[in-house]
Amino acid sequence: MAETLPLPPNSGGPPSMVEHPKLSVHGLSKNFVYQGNPLTVLENVDIELKANEFICLVGSSGCGKSTLLKIIAGLMSPTMGEVRVEGEAVEGPGSDRGMVFQSYSLFPWLTVAKNVEFGLKLQGLPKAERRERIAYYLDVVGLSRFANALPKQLSGGMKQRAAIARALANEPEVMLMDEPFGALDAQTKEQLQQFMQEVWERTHMTILMVTHDVEEAIFLSHRVYIMDSHPGRIRENLHIPLPEHRELDIKITPKFLELKRYITNQLGH
Amino acid sequence: MTEFSSTEAEPAVPNDKRFSHEGATTAPIQKSAKKRLRLRPSTFWSVRQGIPTWLKILMPIIGISVPLIAWSILSYGGFVKDIFLPAPTTVISTGIELFTEDELIKDIVASASRVLGGFALAGLVSVPIGLLMGTFESIASLLNPFVSAVRYMPVAAFVPLIVIWAGIDETAKFLIVFLGIVLYNIAMIVDAVRAIPDELLNAAYTLGSNRLVLLFKVIFPAALPSIMNTMRVNIAGAWNFLILAELIAAEQGLGFRIIRSQRYLQTDRVLFCILIIGLIGLLTDFLLKQLGMFLTPWYEQGER
Repeated sequence: MAETLPLPPNSGGPPSMVEHPKLSVHGLSKNFVYQGNPLTVLENVDIELKANEFICLVGSSGCGKSTLLKIIAGLMSPTMGEVRVEGEAVEGPGSDRGMVFQSYSLFPWLTVAKNVEFGLKLQGLPKAERRERIAYYLDVVGLSRFANALPKQLSGGMKQRAAIARALANEPEVMLMDEPFGALDAQTKEQLQQFMQEVWERTHMTILMVTHDVEEAIFLSHRVYIMDSHPGRIRENLHIPLPEHRELDIKITPKFLELKRYITNQLGH
Repeated sequence: MTEFSSTEAEPAVPNDKRFSHEGATTAPIQKSAKKRLRLRPSTFWSVRQGIPTWLKILMPIIGISVPLIAWSILSYGGFVKDIFLPAPTTVISTGIELFTEDELIKDIVASASRVLGGFALAGLVSVPIGLLMGTFESIASLLNPFVSAVRYMPVAAFVPLIVIWAGIDETAKFLIVFLGIVLYNIAMIVDAVRAIPDELLNAAYTLGSNRLVLLFKVIFPAALPSIMNTMRVNIAGAWNFLILAELIAAEQGLGFRIIRSQRYLQTDRVLFCILIIGLIGLLTDFLLKQLGMFLTPWYEQGER
């Protein structure tokens, strides 16, 4: 079932002749050999992200969703199928697909600002522009006061915000997030969900996030891909008919709960 | 006294209804009296919980004074002949004599510079090789047969060969120290590189790093604390091999002093030189630790 999405606010302007999706995955499969037996982890996965979409991929643990994200990031190669960024097939990792990991992946020897600067230096941006971007994105994630702090001085939630700033600052075509709040406590997690919603409203970054938390997926995304396990397949591409701007208390509205029940049921199949 | 106290809890009823299904034909599981395992707190035997300050001060004092007292009783009490075990005061006065009349400082400088030279050379060679082997499986496969085979060959066995190749001058001594530690350095640095979490490398990739950036800007700094630790561990090895080198042929150095004193049965001199090596070892360990903290202030405390 294909759903159309109301165009996000700043994607206006005349559409070009051939408009490619930001990110697309075609006929992607991944087989592993496990104890001498072939194991299909992902089977014929198709995914498409338009510009400025926030999409979540939900599935029970072990359904291959993290593997899928790693393949999209180019950190692993698929057995079959391909990944395209703006219509161009990609192999291997690149700065066009930024990524935020579940565990803290900040470089512990660099300050928060230097962590954010890491990718900018690689891009060869002039110093003034780098400084501007660091200031802007640290402001977006609310860590301006901690620019010169080392990762070891930050709390878990702050570390994750810094990692998000680092990925955003690189201004990738699409930002991939692998259970970014999975290691956090319930309260911090909710704060960061709200925070992520605000980040999207400010940046309109195209985001693909993997999570097993159904509530998180509904709260954040415009569309949800529901995954089956063994083998991992896209079961459904579900439009989330909620207003674009959301507050945490939307989680207790009947519509939200209905969506939650529906997705949870689908996952249980 | 046992560490665990056991408390008898409600004696198990032979046919406990809670655990057997009604009408089940299988025999009831034999249950012995239930024991509760409870750990009593302990100050002395605390594991990873720290010890109080008084104990922290007292234990090293005991640790140092007991052997000293034993030594004193053995020597002053006349239980052991002076020629086997000279008294502490004798060793100290001999030591002062060595410094004032025999220019021991020259030997210390000679030995220390040999250790430093061989050690620095080993560092220069092992750090790049270890980083490359830890990073690239192809390089590891290329060098592993050599590195792991030679590591098990005792350096002492190479000494005659080294003397043939390099003569008996300073080069030979550097070479022995170098060969003694370089392979251990490499093996430990390879392990350190492999212990870097995947996420760090993946983060670098998705930020646009190529392999060169990965090696210099991510893998090297990430492995640096472990590299510094490796150096600290292996400089002790360097001193071992230095004495080995100096035993063979040398005109000065602490090893040379030791072997010559042995010839004249000057046990007090031997002991004093060994003591000096120990002190230099403690000093270098301290300095390398400081250097490590200076180079990697970001490293989590307590892990060092």
